[in-house]
Amino acid sequence: MSNKPSSPSRRDFLRQSLVAVPAVSLLGTSAIAQTQNVPATANAIYAPRYFTAPEWAFLQAAVDRLIPSNEDGPGALEAGVPEFIDREMEAAYGHGGYWYMQGPFVPDTPPTLGYQLRFTPRELYRTAIAAVDDWCQKQHQKKFAALSPEERDGVLHQLEKGEIQLEQLPAAAFFNQLWTNTKEGYLADPMYGGNKHMGSWKMIGFPGARADYADWIEQPGKAYPFGPVSIRGDKA
Amino acid sequence: MTTTKKPVDVVIVGFGWTGAIMAMELSQTGLNILALERGAYQDTSPDWSYPNIADELAYGIRGKLFQPLARETVTVRHAINDTAVPYRQYGSFLFGNNVGGAGTHWNGQHYRPSPEDLEFHTHISKRYGEQFMPQDMQIQDYGVAYDELEPFLEQFEYTCGTSGRAGNLSGEIRQGGNPFEGPRKKDYPNPPLSDTYGAQLFADAARAVGYHPFPQPSSNASRPYTNPYGARLGPCNFCGYCERFGCFMYAKASPQTTILPVLMRKSNFALRTNSHVIKINLDSSGKRATGVTYIDAQGQQIEQPADLVIVSAFQMHNVRLMLLSGIGKPYDPATGKGVIGKNYAYQMMSSIGVFFDQDVTINPFIGAGAGGFQIVDDFNSDHFDHTTHGFVGGAYIYAGQTGGRPLQQLIVPPGTPSWGAGWKKAAKESYLHATSVSTHGSVMAYRDRYLDLDPTYKDAFGLPLLRITFDWHDNEYKMSQFVTERAQEIVKQMKPKATSVTLRKPGDHYDIRQYQTTHTTGGVIQGTSPETSALNRFQQNWDVHNVFVTGASAFPQNLGYNPTGTIGGLTYWSVKAIRDTYLKHPGPLVQA
Repeated sequence: MSNKPSSPSRRDFLRQSLVAVPAVSLLGTSAIAQTQNVPATANAIYAPRYFTAPEWAFLQAAVDRLIPSNEDGPGALEAGVPEFIDREMEAAYGHGGYWYMQGPFVPDTPPTLGYQLRFTPRELYRTAIAAVDDWCQKQHQKKFAALSPEERDGVLHQLEKGEIQLEQLPAAAFFNQLWTNTKEGYLADPMYGGNKHMGSWKMIGFPGARADYADWIEQPGKAYPFGPVSIRGDKA
Repeated sequence: MTTTKKPVDVVIVGFGWTGAIMAMELSQTGLNILALERGAYQDTSPDWSYPNIADELAYGIRGKLFQPLARETVTVRHAINDTAVPYRQYGSFLFGNNVGGAGTHWNGQHYRPSPEDLEFHTHISKRYGEQFMPQDMQIQDYGVAYDELEPFLEQFEYTCGTSGRAGNLSGEIRQGGNPFEGPRKKDYPNPPLSDTYGAQLFADAARAVGYHPFPQPSSNASRPYTNPYGARLGPCNFCGYCERFGCFMYAKASPQTTILPVLMRKSNFALRTNSHVIKINLDSSGKRATGVTYIDAQGQQIEQPADLVIVSAFQMHNVRLMLLSGIGKPYDPATGKGVIGKNYAYQMMSSIGVFFDQDVTINPFIGAGAGGFQIVDDFNSDHFDHTTHGFVGGAYIYAGQTGGRPLQQLIVPPGTPSWGAGWKKAAKESYLHATSVSTHGSVMAYRDRYLDLDPTYKDAFGLPLLRITFDWHDNEYKMSQFVTERAQEIVKQMKPKATSVTLRKPGDHYDIRQYQTTHTTGGVIQGTSPETSALNRFQQNWDVHNVFVTGASAFPQNLGYNPTGTIGGLTYWSVKAIRDTYLKHPGPLVQA
């Protein structure tokens, strides 16, 4: 399996132009579109509501490595994963509305007993991104978003394995949150802001919301010929 | 201030499967029946209609049909001397919510217990001797034998329109069914659904190895069906959105599709939603219930007098309500005495990911909750001689798929990087060409595994949460290892390109983060003596004769099977006793 991205220049451009979005979005979308040599992705017009500019830069730089763009299919940036995560932060989910969040909290409980931190998802991102950026600044004299792809992969691996000590939270808990939400944004129905044009569904062969295979159960092993549909009725 | 409502004859606490069965059967007596449900009303239309139901994020991941843990959860610890912590996010098991409860978001896997399961202690002692069981294992009999229960298991199958193939019709073993099942008087009401491709490959391999595969009994209807109440089901279309979802096809049996269309029209039945029961009230003798107290939608405390109280919430909630009401002696693991909270059990699963080359197209998105699966039951219950194996119980082996929803059901081969370009490539290459073979195993009851009230954590009303004390015992590790090895023999015969195995081994603690099953059992168990059980064989409380407690809280230990078929059968058995005997002569149905 190759880890080599197919079009690094385009990918880097996407990321860098998106990083600038919060600042330029006041000018309207046409200004951005005019500066691009590639088709504007839907993500390009999205201005985050929860994440600050430095957090937005981190998020894009991270998801771009978690699911990179290459010949296999769209990456997390093209799929709109940052938009998905930003929207979730403003929803009940981001506020921890689905979780039992009463104390006392016992964060040093064995991991098999599940999540025991005080952070809601939005608090977790805010705290962790600042901490990881600080760590990168100390280790690499740059914030995470300014690191090379290989360096970012290295930091993400260290977060995943809990090899970086962050002051307020376990690094692996943040990685787990980030990767979980990245997959959600990549693979959930496009109405939540990610999975633009059902790109991930097309890539793997999932027909999405079709939800009717009465005719196909009698045709075992045959390739299914139809592309995906979304809940809102889009086809791809 | 507490408001007191007009008395009713029967109050039903919790309106899922067993509450609906109780209400339906008791409404035929002409009594005034009131069901109290803490959630809201919900029905196929508009709540589960297409296309909005085909939303994996909302239903499969965020859990739209589940009880909001923010308001009430349970706490969990591994051992008696540990401090329990809250189950803050869904993982291991999923609580239902609203009318229909977990009966709306189940898969429809509809099994009967094996005959020996109901008399498990007697059976194991007789076949292998008392010493075969570890000292701290405390398995018991249900107090009702298979032959007594059989008509009621059948009744529930006919309510649900279960699709399957009989393997034992009045003692005659039938080709293509489950040869290990207890004798049934009638075949299933509907024929089995067609097999998914993964299930076909598994069944061919299992036969080649010498086992006895059969189509999974499924309460996903294989054809249009009208049940004995007159409620109608439509055929399943393999939509791939079953467990965790409501059924937009009217094909999955649920209270909504099989009972409520008829029950809701009865003038002697009423349903009050947003009514959260917090206590069963007793008279001064403590021997008779006078009704229940609940909190209504506005937050007011309401007292509802009733002559008969049916406790039919989810297993955990039944146990908690009994403890909050002070009915029955709470179980004490130090002495082994007491009954409420006793014999909590769970199930143990293992799973094998089966990966094929690009020329084998599985199409995982073509899936039904229960239909289209093939099962090997050769190593479940006591279907085989355990003498040399050193454990009791077993598991069924199953193959097929409930859907190919990519967040939950996309699997990648072993050795795949957990993220990045490598993960993406593997996801792309595996998705259409992978299936899984799993085992679904029993868990026995033990002296140190139980439920009580948590000393620290509270629900939204300020009442203590239920506390689970649970971890695996050696018997279950051995069981899972043995049956998983049998599953691996079959998988090998399927000739896959690669496989991955998830198996719980000695030293692995119970992990609350990993979904296994929602089949939690025990805590208000039925049995033969008030010393060892909370309920008699008719699910009537030994101490307070006008309290009956339905559901999996009555299981003395857990089965290798999914519980709903047994739960439904036991409920029909219990309500028959209430109608035929109890209502005529209210009092204990079994003398202690």
